[in-house]
Amino acid sequence: MRERSSRFSGDHTVKTRMTTELSNPLALIAELTHRCPLHCVYCSNPLEMQSRANELSTETWSRVFKEAAQAGVLQADFTGGEPLARTDILELVRAARAAGLYVNLITSGLPMDEAKLAALVEAGLDHVQLSFQGAREEIANEISGARSHEQKLRVLEWLKQHRIAVTLNFVIHRRNIDQLEEMLAIAESSNATRVEFANVQYYGWAFANRENLLPTREQLNHSVEILKRAQERLKGKIRIQFVVPDYYAKYPKPCMGGWGRKLLLITPSGDALPCHAAQVIPGLAFENVRDKSLREIWEHSPAFQKFRGEAWMQEPCKTCDRRDQDFGGCRCQALLLAGDAAATDPVCSLAPLRPKVDAILAGMNSAPRAEIFVKPNWLYRPNPS
Amino acid sequence: MPPDLTSFPRLAPGCRLNDKSQQPRTLLMPERALRLNGPSLEIVERCDGKHTVQQIITDLQKIYSKAVPQKVESDILGYLALLHEQRALDFT
Repeated sequence: MRERSSRFSGDHTVKTRMTTELSNPLALIAELTHRCPLHCVYCSNPLEMQSRANELSTETWSRVFKEAAQAGVLQADFTGGEPLARTDILELVRAARAAGLYVNLITSGLPMDEAKLAALVEAGLDHVQLSFQGAREEIANEISGARSHEQKLRVLEWLKQHRIAVTLNFVIHRRNIDQLEEMLAIAESSNATRVEFANVQYYGWAFANRENLLPTREQLNHSVEILKRAQERLKGKIRIQFVVPDYYAKYPKPCMGGWGRKLLLITPSGDALPCHAAQVIPGLAFENVRDKSLREIWEHSPAFQKFRGEAWMQEPCKTCDRRDQDFGGCRCQALLLAGDAAATDPVCSLAPLRPKVDAILAGMNSAPRAEIFVKPNWLYRPNPS
Repeated sequence: MPPDLTSFPRLAPGCRLNDKSQQPRTLLMPERALRLNGPSLEIVERCDGKHTVQQIITDLQKIYSKAVPQKVESDILGYLALLHEQRALDFT
């Protein structure tokens, strides 16, 4: 077409280059509230949560959506806690759509009914991401500390009535990783076009419950086989995304696509963070959207500058060929495992502290099976006031 | 499999072009976005459930009249198949 030889060579998936040069943020993770009817033992919320009284107003969120779109953001992920706990959720969806954003709702499905779903679609919601804690009632309720599974299956049926994108998100760990076939069956009976099988990542509540969540190596290998076969079988119908637990990986994940490169997260009270868990890193000062514009924060906030680019890196990252692929891994994991947020992510096979991760895996994998498959004493996430 | 020439491609639920006033024009999809320009934008704008694959081919052969018509056709079929595989497109 034209004289070009390569097909539609003008097209490219939206990516930003790895340099110290500043790129635009692409997605805004809007943690609308920390209130939630579920108490999941791996919740990504911080251990210290914000109460309803501190939540941003409808007006402030609406301004933030406009500022985000102007700064180049394409997508708003409404999350929480449970975003449907906000009574102004329809106004927020409308405001984000009016700003020009693609609106994604990440929900437990609990405070949902048919009328609310219809109203959300009418307001311009583009995509629903429904979380599942398992394929069966018993495990789902155990993990979420609430009766939740049946309601999610009802929501799946209601979603069939609407022209909206549906993703199912199964959070995977030792106690449900053997239910993958049943999870796939739930997905295939729905109108989902995308399914995420995301192994728990160990921060916050998940870090506190890690010894009961980490799957065994045998479980993990088996799950990879099942999902590879499913990917092949469901090609063109359902896109399957699989996130391995990075403790078992050879190289770390490119956490958040690189610190301050693509994503920013706004907490219920308006703090702007480079990632979900950034508050665990001591010495970082976060700016608040009540005081400053989103662009100003993105460009100048010291917290976003801290691990942007490569200048902060230590060896082996500093001279590693992979540094523009995984950006040194996860800063919060470095802090949690190495005690230094600027260290190489200890899950990396090249990291000086990898033996520590190997010891955690070895301890768990050599423990008697009867011991590690017993129902644990979970530490549940409480609900803030 | 190449799409049927008489079928009507339509963007899948949750996949849409951003507003005309927004630049660059972008196909928004669950968890992804694709920047479009030139022919890819011309094609996606016609994936509205009202144009057949054949009509899209004919339209683009007119717009890109200097290109080899066969090449235009094969490029379009390949592109539609790709979008379908990525679950961005349905054929009705």
